[in-house]
Amino acid sequence: MSHLKTKHLLGIKNLDKEDIELIFRTASYFKEVLNRPIKKVPPLRDVTIANVFFENSTRTKLSFELAEKRLSADVINFTASGSSVKKGETLLDTVHNILAMKVDMVVMRHSSSGAPHFLARHINATIINAGDGTHEHPTQALLDTFSILDKTGSVAGKRVVIVGDILHSRVALSNIFALQLLQAEVMVCGPPTLLPKHIGELGVKVETNIRKALAWCDVANILRIQLERQQMKYFPSLREYSQYFGVNKPLLDSLNKEILIMHPGPINRGVEITSDAADSDHSIILEQVENGVAVRMAVLYLLAEMN
Amino acid sequence: MQKRLLFDGQLLKVTIGRLCRQLIEVHNDFSDTVIIGLQPRGIFLAERIKDELVRMHPQGVLLGYLDATFHRDDLRRRDKPVAPSQTKIPFLIENKKVILVDDVLFTGRTVRAALDAINTFGRPAKVELLVLIDRLYSRHIPLKADYIGRKVNTIQSQRVLVELKEQGEEDNIWLVNKEE
Repeated sequence: MSHLKTKHLLGIKNLDKEDIELIFRTASYFKEVLNRPIKKVPPLRDVTIANVFFENSTRTKLSFELAEKRLSADVINFTASGSSVKKGETLLDTVHNILAMKVDMVVMRHSSSGAPHFLARHINATIINAGDGTHEHPTQALLDTFSILDKTGSVAGKRVVIVGDILHSRVALSNIFALQLLQAEVMVCGPPTLLPKHIGELGVKVETNIRKALAWCDVANILRIQLERQQMKYFPSLREYSQYFGVNKPLLDSLNKEILIMHPGPINRGVEITSDAADSDHSIILEQVENGVAVRMAVLYLLAEMN
Repeated sequence: MQKRLLFDGQLLKVTIGRLCRQLIEVHNDFSDTVIIGLQPRGIFLAERIKDELVRMHPQGVLLGYLDATFHRDDLRRRDKPVAPSQTKIPFLIENKKVILVDDVLFTGRTVRAALDAINTFGRPAKVELLVLIDRLYSRHIPLKADYIGRKVNTIQSQRVLVELKEQGEEDNIWLVNKEE
């Protein structure tokens, strides 16, 4: 198979295993491109892409922009702060205006879950979801699973625990879908208040003890506490969270096994993970960022082929 | 389906031997020369040429694979997307003489893409092209091969079918008339 079965990338939910394997295969070719002396190839030179970010982002925005430029696409950037959104323009009007400038693809991040799905129903361009509210962040899940594959050779059968603020995390949901499609076993771990009530229905294990969770897993994907999305107190203090759920070197050493440590960023050092654990030999946090560009190049390339 | 045999196993072996001698005449000990097989089908021919060269001159020859899909000029203009393949060039190209190897030279568009792609690895001192079959009078681009296994007069609708042991077949290369 040489093409995706979908025109947009709205979520992992809309992909199947074959799609993900195609994205990974293509990403591995782009990873090779990124190691050449000249890291640029021309397949998207006739494509214009708008990066529309209604929410803050460092990694995802830079990574998408670099991926687009490495593919020779024309890129325009839009951020909500300092735009006419502040003057009361609707999402649809904003995007229609951007598309009137002859844009072929839109990469969008929005604080409302389902915003990219809404856009895909109303406009003609290819939409890539770069994170919608607490719903999905498909390219993050793809680069996370690709990094596991790249580091260990396979995803199937791996035990992966996702630690932290599962309730507010789009990375968690996309990762659960992607890992399950690739036949990994998934566990979520965090304070009961930050675990969605019926998360077990997704077929994941639920654990509230970090030591037991780490003892079970091969890979730990550690998430940040998303204070900006928390409308109420879910735990007494960050210090207490860190004491009960923080991952640190002594804890990892006491387990006497090799665990791959991942984090989608941004890291709050000393809260969900300490510096000595985040910077240890088992951490692939920076590899995740490196793979992010290749995976996003693959997604952009494959979706452009669908037009 | 009508088909005409262009190469059988024996002739293929003789021809690869001849091409290798031609290469040695020009490139001597291959100290400044590398061989790059073009994906997907040039790589098998490139492997065989390397093996034969090593047999004649055991000092070793550098071999890489190049996939030029991302440099093609027909992306998004075909019915089906083209599937890329692996590129593996584990050495420096800068200032080296590069011999591109492919099985069939037809319109020349793949080779044009490969010439673009090879430049992303550095600036070669020289690039040459070796093909097993040169389909005459079919070029869309003004380029020619430097080393040719066999020149064949073909018409547009015919196609060259390459069957090699590496793909699980007997070594046979056919000129096939497409059915009306």
